[in-house]
Amino acid sequence: MPSTALEAQPTARNGAALLSLDDVSIQFGGLKALDGVSFDVREGEILGLIGPNGAGKTTCFNVMTGVYQPTSGEVRFAGEPLGRRKRFAITRLGIARTFQNIRLFGNMTALENVLVGADAHHRTNVIDALVRSPRHRREEREGEQTAREVMRFLGLERRADELARNLSYGEQRRLEIARAMATKPRLLCLDEPAAGFNPAEKAQLMDLIRRIRDRGLTVLLIEHDMGLVMGVSDRVAVLEFGRKIAEGSPAEVRSDPAVIAAYLGTEADDVEDFHQEGTL
Amino acid sequence: MTQGKASPDTESAVARSGGRGPRLGWDRGALAQRVAGLPRPVKLALTGLFVLFLYALPLLEIPLISTPDTDFGAVLFTVASYVLVALGLNIVLGYAGLLDLGYVGFYAIGAYTVAVFGSLQAQLSWWVLIPLAVFLTTISGVLLGAPTLRVRGDYLAIVTLGFGEIIRLTALNTEWLGAARGITGVPRPPSVELFDIPHLQWSGATAVVDLDDTTTFLVFGVADQAPYYWLMLTVIFLVLGADRMLRLSRIGRAWEATREDEDAAELMGVPTFKFKLLAFACGAFIGGLSGALFASRQGFINPESFLLLLSILFVAAVVVGGAGNRYGVILGAIVVAYLPERFRGFEEWRLLVFGLALLILANYRPQGLIPPRRARRAQAVDEQLDALEEGTARA
Repeated sequence: MPSTALEAQPTARNGAALLSLDDVSIQFGGLKALDGVSFDVREGEILGLIGPNGAGKTTCFNVMTGVYQPTSGEVRFAGEPLGRRKRFAITRLGIARTFQNIRLFGNMTALENVLVGADAHHRTNVIDALVRSPRHRREEREGEQTAREVMRFLGLERRADELARNLSYGEQRRLEIARAMATKPRLLCLDEPAAGFNPAEKAQLMDLIRRIRDRGLTVLLIEHDMGLVMGVSDRVAVLEFGRKIAEGSPAEVRSDPAVIAAYLGTEADDVEDFHQEGTL
Repeated sequence: MTQGKASPDTESAVARSGGRGPRLGWDRGALAQRVAGLPRPVKLALTGLFVLFLYALPLLEIPLISTPDTDFGAVLFTVASYVLVALGLNIVLGYAGLLDLGYVGFYAIGAYTVAVFGSLQAQLSWWVLIPLAVFLTTISGVLLGAPTLRVRGDYLAIVTLGFGEIIRLTALNTEWLGAARGITGVPRPPSVELFDIPHLQWSGATAVVDLDDTTTFLVFGVADQAPYYWLMLTVIFLVLGADRMLRLSRIGRAWEATREDEDAAELMGVPTFKFKLLAFACGAFIGGLSGALFASRQGFINPESFLLLLSILFVAAVVVGGAGNRYGVILGAIVVAYLPERFRGFEEWRLLVFGLALLILANYRPQGLIPPRRARRAQAVDEQLDALEEGTARA
């Protein structure tokens, strides 16, 4: 996939760790939302993060994107600790995300939504905007190029001038991905992108996630749908009650007794169903 | 884009914009589209005529529009200063979505700067006073915003409400600022006497040029208010241009994204706090400018000129007109400032009538007189959806 506007370099699959969680814990009052979680997201891979409801998946996302500060432990991106960086600074560093509940800028057009993402790296200030300086004009031109290219990639180019709130549900989900991709991230975090999708749409989404990876992005995927996660992920990490209970290839995780117990209890019949259908 | 078309028909919307360059900013209304379709020289001529008409208003003294009970030039100045304030507040409230109920505080700081350093404590030149007033107001906007913009929604409204009152009470209780007596002898803009322009005199529907009633260009005196109005109008045009430039840039988008969803904006790389502070500073800049011009027209100010009611009226102007649309808030400011003056003849009844007019507006046009085009479009789609849902329920 040639991508001139994004300048993404295809990287070796399963390379060095791009994002590392190192013994991360988060405590909300008496509740331990994350308890000593460690895992790596490797450059160029698709990592699925799964676990039952309330296992701490979204909390994990929130730690990575600076919404929460870990109580203890450390998150490193490209070898550098995130520390107490602000959320927008982390985005500029190269981590972008979507939201479990769609959070678009509803009264802006689809194109403007994506432009906001593209603006993440822009430096135009008030003076630039008032006098229409060369910097302003260059950034507007480049931003629009990036935005239109990303929208074309996601099949949204015909909806550019529609208000975000008037798009269909599936289009809104893709627009969120477009907005995140316009920030030119190295790591794209998708929070339940298939929620509310039918099987056909899920198949399309799997294809889309692979194509995103082929553009050189690393993808971290939270998803409930086992078929989708197992089908698309290179590796899978499993959380339960804020702890990581398993990590490995989809096949390894699928046969891991701890995972089966977490999802199904230990009934042998259920385990058999799980193996055959790959879905819950 | 030659046809005036206002329907939210998605297919045609796609067709209209397909293949063409970016169409950012507000969508255009039917009238605006028809005007946009005209040849360029015609457009320029029309715009020029309209601008000329606005400048000529105090000389034309058109019946019905003109105010019979007060000097029309003075009314025009008041309306224009409300328009300028509304444009400033629109950036804060309409674009960035920050409810500022103490906007009169900035207006007061601008006015007091001119009065204190131009008359009471020093005798600086008017040319120094205006930039100084704008500078101090902008700084005060940043100082107010830095701690308070960390709170959201209702809390911000309460904090700003307090700010407006604190400014007034400080002026009221500080001898150095003139206390309750106020400040007299505020410097007027420097005059240049060039030539006389006659006014029109109307009898019924016919007008004659009245050579006895003239305005001297450009003398900022006590009796004739037209030059102040011209000054204010010029400032408004400058601010309108700047407003448009900011709106159609990364800055306008960042404001809007912050208004729509602050957390999502932050996570998409928008330093929302910085942009909220910028909106506050821009709003303070314009509010202070308006206050400074008000003081140098008035020649006298006291704390009574900056009551809480004024803040409420400013917010009313923005909301009545349509927060987020610069032409809407101009219309809103005209309604809020002009109607009470026009109906001054009704004596005590005028405020009742004004209140009723606001009530009717709030009831029948809650989105404002000229809402942002997208609010209108979104509403149309919502109505369609409602209709569709009802249809399926019945079927």
